Amino acid sequence: MNLANLLNNYEEAVAMILFGIGFSNLLLQKNLIKKIIGLNIMDTATYLFLALKGYIAGRKAPIVVDGVRSVEAYINPIPSGLVLTGIVVSVSVTALMLSLTIRLYRRYHTLDLDEITTRLKKEGL
Amino acid sequence: MDFVQNFPFISIILSLFSGPLSSVLSGKKAKMVNVAVISIIGVMSAAVLAYVLGSGQEYVYTMGHFPAPWGNEIRVGCLEAFMALFFCVIMLLSMIGGQKEREAEIEKTKQNLYYIMVNLLLSSLLALIYTNDLFTAYVFVEINTISACGLIMIKQNGRTIEAATRYMIMSLLGSGLLLLGICFLYDLTGHLLMSNIQEAVRVLHDTGAYHIPLMVSLGLMSVGLAIKSALYPFHAWLPDAYGYSTLSSAAILSSLVSKGYIFLLIKIFFRVIGFDIVRDSKVINVLFVFGVAGMIMGSVSAIKENNIRRMIAYSSVAQIGYIYMGFGLGTTAGVIASIYHVISHAATKSLLFVAASGITDASAGSTGFFDLTGAGYRNKLAGVAFTVGSLSMVGFPMFSGFISKLLFAQAAVGSTHKMLPTLIALAISTVLNAVYFIKTVIRLYTPLKYVPTENMTHKTDELFTVTMEQQPFKSVALICFILLNLALGLSSEPLIRLIQNGLGMFA
Amino acid sequence: MSKKLSEEQYRKTRSFQLKQWLDGTKDPFLDTVEMKPQEEFREDRTVIRERSEEKKRLLEKVYDLEHNAEMRIFQRIYRIFSVIFCVSLVLMLLIAVSNLPTVGAFERPVNNEVAKRYIEDGLDETGAVNIVTGMILDYRAFDTLGESHVLFIATCTVLILLRIDKKNSKDYMEANDRTHEPKNDIILQTVARILVPPIFIFGIYVILCGHLGPGGGFSGGAVIGAGLILYLNAFGFAKTERFFTEKIYKRMSFCALACYALAKSYSFYTGANHIESIIPLGTPGAILSSGLILILNICVGVVVAGTMYTFYAIFRKGGY
Repeated sequence: MNLANLLNNYEEAVAMILFGIGFSNLLLQKNLIKKIIGLNIMDTATYLFLALKGYIAGRKAPIVVDGVRSVEAYINPIPSGLVLTGIVVSVSVTALMLSLTIRLYRRYHTLDLDEITTRLKKEGL
Repeated sequence: MDFVQNFPFISIILSLFSGPLSSVLSGKKAKMVNVAVISIIGVMSAAVLAYVLGSGQEYVYTMGHFPAPWGNEIRVGCLEAFMALFFCVIMLLSMIGGQKEREAEIEKTKQNLYYIMVNLLLSSLLALIYTNDLFTAYVFVEINTISACGLIMIKQNGRTIEAATRYMIMSLLGSGLLLLGICFLYDLTGHLLMSNIQEAVRVLHDTGAYHIPLMVSLGLMSVGLAIKSALYPFHAWLPDAYGYSTLSSAAILSSLVSKGYIFLLIKIFFRVIGFDIVRDSKVINVLFVFGVAGMIMGSVSAIKENNIRRMIAYSSVAQIGYIYMGFGLGTTAGVIASIYHVISHAATKSLLFVAASGITDASAGSTGFFDLTGAGYRNKLAGVAFTVGSLSMVGFPMFSGFISKLLFAQAAVGSTHKMLPTLIALAISTVLNAVYFIKTVIRLYTPLKYVPTENMTHKTDELFTVTMEQQPFKSVALICFILLNLALGLSSEPLIRLIQNGLGMFA
Repeated sequence: MSKKLSEEQYRKTRSFQLKQWLDGTKDPFLDTVEMKPQEEFREDRTVIRERSEEKKRLLEKVYDLEHNAEMRIFQRIYRIFSVIFCVSLVLMLLIAVSNLPTVGAFERPVNNEVAKRYIEDGLDETGAVNIVTGMILDYRAFDTLGESHVLFIATCTVLILLRIDKKNSKDYMEANDRTHEPKNDIILQTVARILVPPIFIFGIYVILCGHLGPGGGFSGGAVIGAGLILYLNAFGFAKTERFFTEKIYKRMSFCALACYALAKSYSFYTGANHIESIIPLGTPGAILSSGLILILNICVGVVVAGTMYTFYAIFRKGGY
């Protein structure tokens, strides 16, 4: 474990800690809304990590200005494009999970997934 | 460039286009469009397979004016073409077999939404089979997840919506891990195209630089895909999802959805990282342990079940354990056995679900175990089909399950340390499979006068016989499935040679 | 009984003895009964009822979470293992991150010839001044095609779950909260009247100039969607339905996605078969330039705007 390098890459370390927080929320929380918030934190941390890949210190965003075309003037454009795709996927999945939560709440009047499972097993449907 | 080489691209675009097309059509027309699209894509895949077998080597198709790695590309070999053809056949037969249930259980106004889901599921499977780019694979994995969730919850009772929620939570955990693994790999190699990543990884492996992040990335991708395809400890969503959804959804989910992720995992092992590097890492030992545990625990849970559809769903858990055990053996023969088991399981599991639905039709719609007594006499074709499926699962010679178990045993003998646990696990799980499948078959063929009727939920005179003319579509689907199973079991040599060729072209 | 022989003669034949032996009633050699004859299985009614009651009681006891000690211990162990798993996952990721190349440095594996060609030749080959837009809509257009379909299929699943189709049912009456709408709320309506037109114009500007500066279909579509939601909240469903109904949304998104698919299949087909594409690239910096990118931006913007509004309307009311 290279501690000096870890402090150098502190942005990526923060992204990993956020990923861990989001992942454990998605897995361990009982309330469905808190699980969805955990999912969003996890996805945002992944996009932060991915966006850091393209950063090069001292250069500008990849929009051609004044006809300057050399590689040394702009940051890497690929991770930005990948993050664009990822954000749309995250929005879609959040909308789907929220509508599932609304349906479950209307029927069982609880937001706790374990309680719903237990109730279904007792019903013996 | 021959025109046949355009067919994989045309099939992906056609299935992607038929999704929005079905949204503006009514239910009946959407159904006809769906059947037409699946048949056309099946025919096109057969043509591509004939072309690739004729030319003897795979080819690369650039999507756009720029060659890879600057643009996207897809790569077509004989294994990919065969899997596309096979998936189309299974999907077509499942959709035909489940038609009556679909019309009864889905609301009229939402029927065309179901066909949108099936079309987009087909497109994502084709894209996962053909793609040569890692990030495209991630986007289509997400389409696969969302459309599978739509297939589960179309029936809209409490059980299916809870099953869909559990499925989405587990699947999103897996997607997050997969995306993080892809990001790590991109940082280490700088490429997203699978062939380029392989060269860069080989250089990294030889110099020993960035060893820990490489192993972490491989572990994250494998665990992410294993969670999504319901490996043993992560299978909690499977029985509810397969057991309570509508019939064609259950057949398609059990045969096709998990197999798409397993195919992507095979691609990552062979084409992205290289199988010898994977073998040196400890990842496949973990997959092996979980696979063996799944084989045994899945069957144990199936024995306890009283509902026939949940029993078949638990048997799926065991079969996916087989496939991961085949990966865990670490040899090419093991992977060939796994791919053959993917094909055989897809054919058999759909057969079992459609046959189970025919049996419950003859028992006044109840799926409890005691109500199925003597159903083999009431619905003869479904009884025969269920017997064929059970014998194939147990591993009776002449059916496809026997060939896959034989291939697993041969692969196990080839690898040295893992031979003994594999053979013992195979033997135990065959016995456990026999316990619950043969028990059901015996119960199907027991005449009613030998059992207490008070345990049944319906009176004896409510049960009626079902003949083949009353259910034309389901009977056609069952006969085709039985013939497919016999064909796989009796003439498996050409198929094994095709898989060997395809895997050689893969790397 | 036989039709041709009498009863006693039939009992002496071999076939009757064989049948007796098969049924197990009489062994022809030992002249004894081999096994009991099969009779119908009868069980006492009270025994059966007791068995089902006991099963019900057992189920109640097992799932009674407050008093079932084993289940509580199992849940506690499950939580401890899950926490250990998550903490070890984070530690492993931190160890991996500490060995990655430095953030912000120039010599990294990521800055290779792929990025070089995008930056240097991006403007000439795609005609887009914004290199990222040129990359996602021209070089790697297949990914964006898949991603628009992710948005589309998520809308379909939300429609399956939350759309209410029977106009006279109780669910529809409950979800229809038009009585709660702010009727003629002065502040909201005045501000909306001032703000909504600039929002729409800004959204259209962002979509159209996606290839000239920061922006593009996704961001512009989100801005237009937000404008539509503000308009709906200020003026109510009655006024919005005059120009945006479900039929319009379906046809609009079908046309946009079909247009995208057709345009891109032309591009892929000509590219793979090495045919020259006839779409002109125009001069960089003008609005009508960069080939197909402008059309694709408009299609994507339309889909995203409609999707944002649909999510809001379906979540709130179950329909349009």
